[in-house]
Amino acid sequence: MTRPETRDETVALIRDKALWMRRRAMQMVVTKGLGHIGGDYSATDILATLFFGVLNYDPARPDWPDRDRFIMSKGHATGVLYTALAQAGYWPQDWLDTYMGNHSKLNGHPNRQYLPGVEANTGPLGHGFPIALGIAIGGQIAGKDFRTYVLTGDGEQQEGSNWEAAMTAGYRKVANLTLIVDRNHLQQGQSTEETTGLGDVGEKYRAFGFEVVEVDGHDHAALLDVLGAPVGAREKPLCVIANTVKGKGVSFMENVAKWHHGVPSPAQYEQAMKELV
Amino acid sequence: MNAPAPDTGATFDCRKAWAATIEALAAADERIVVVVNDSIGSSNLGGFRDTFPDRTVNVGIAEQNMVGVGAGLANAGFIPFVSAASCFLTGRALEQLKADIAYSGYNVKLVGQSSGIAYGELGATHHSIEDFAWLRVLGPITVIVPADPFETAEAVKWAAAHDGPVYIRLSRMPVPDLGLADPFVPGKARRVRDGSDVTIIANGTTVHLAAQAADALGAEGVSARVLDMHTLTPLDEDAVLAAATETGALVTVEEAHVKGGLGGAVAEFTAATRPVPVERVGFPGFLPTGTVAYLFEENGLSRDGIAAAARRAMSRKI
Repeated sequence: MTRPETRDETVALIRDKALWMRRRAMQMVVTKGLGHIGGDYSATDILATLFFGVLNYDPARPDWPDRDRFIMSKGHATGVLYTALAQAGYWPQDWLDTYMGNHSKLNGHPNRQYLPGVEANTGPLGHGFPIALGIAIGGQIAGKDFRTYVLTGDGEQQEGSNWEAAMTAGYRKVANLTLIVDRNHLQQGQSTEETTGLGDVGEKYRAFGFEVVEVDGHDHAALLDVLGAPVGAREKPLCVIANTVKGKGVSFMENVAKWHHGVPSPAQYEQAMKELV
Repeated sequence: MNAPAPDTGATFDCRKAWAATIEALAAADERIVVVVNDSIGSSNLGGFRDTFPDRTVNVGIAEQNMVGVGAGLANAGFIPFVSAASCFLTGRALEQLKADIAYSGYNVKLVGQSSGIAYGELGATHHSIEDFAWLRVLGPITVIVPADPFETAEAVKWAAAHDGPVYIRLSRMPVPDLGLADPFVPGKARRVRDGSDVTIIANGTTVHLAAQAADALGAEGVSARVLDMHTLTPLDEDAVLAAATETGALVTVEEAHVKGGLGGAVAEFTAATRPVPVERVGFPGFLPTGTVAYLFEENGLSRDGIAAAARRAMSRKI
């Protein structure tokens, strides 16, 4: 895996990849008539930054022991995960055409035994964070310097298993672990704050022993600086609150809960592709 | 009255065999780690923790996290043994067992402690009699139910070497050393008694009771075969088919819910291959307050209860 030499070039690459991922995910969802495009788009810039600016991996060796790990805990957002893995070179891009087809490797939720690059079979919420914690603890025990990143939705934070993991991660000072919360303020049916409000998520993680950073989850340069920063002297796990917009990039989808798993009509598809340039 | 363990003769707590074996394995292989939920004591892992503190991950009372952490440690190249009271390990973390272990195919070893009704008077919340039914349909997980210290040690050693998820269901109840001649091979039943009139298929803490029942039946002139079906999943179908064919009547015995476990597996298999009478001995559901010995006796998990079930099965022969 080679990266551009300068930060500006890296940011430009991430921008290009993110645009490609959004357009391709839209095609997949419209073709199949299924998907979670709203959550794909709130997380696209985060995944593009990780895969094309931060993570140390080798797509030819998905089991490389020293690879950085990325766990997609919001496993329903396969539109963004699969386009990132395809662009990263883990497998041929034309596999994306089979999205959710019968016997496709691209299941509606990811399966590590179907697809190289998938680290955990997520889908039920609240699973990815404990798994990522175990990986990071393993890195500590083994004395390895790989890093582990996990992305959860914000509604997903309502699952109690996250807070079990948070307690352990904070107590054990698992500094090689980064939790990213995709803070788009919308869950499936309505806003998080009208469901079981999350309030100040960052303050909660501070109380659990995390260092907390808030960032614009669509600002590639800012994401690169936060997610790419070395662990350095930090002794605490890192929680990145990525402030995002559900459906980001398509005007009529942004901040509208129904696009959690809505499928655009042909006219809406045309409109969306005009905007995604 | 038949106590679950005989009052005479040496008996053993299989947890000691588990602890000694996991410590020996860890000394030889740095990939061995344990993950617990404040269950160091009940898992007999105090010695392991003292010897391998860096490889002891105690997540506290948090079973979902515990199982997820186990999956993550497997991802990082370790061989994690996740050890906790089986009622909480399998019940509280069932979706993690499904998604993170079975469906993900992670190389995690699950060790259920104090399973069955070992907690006795503490009641149904602490009994683990549903785990067989739950785990049987989580395909890739091999389910082993050791009957004595030898099988416990062998199961732990095999699990460490096997590339795939395993559930080892241990008890804290004393059992005799069966001293069987057959080697321990996962998926292959061990012959406890030869016989031709009826076959008693048992696992875990009930195998020695099945042997007692066979001996009692023998005194009446009934030739009862006894199989130690230490592996629930995958079932030794060859041994069950041979028993059905050669003895024509079966009894299953397990310290578990009478539905969905060993009895369920044997009944499903024989119904589809060679239908014969199957009498299932186990628990009917949530149990009333009682000692382990009382609840075993009341539900027929005893020499006399198993012998009676054998007579019923024989009386129904086709």
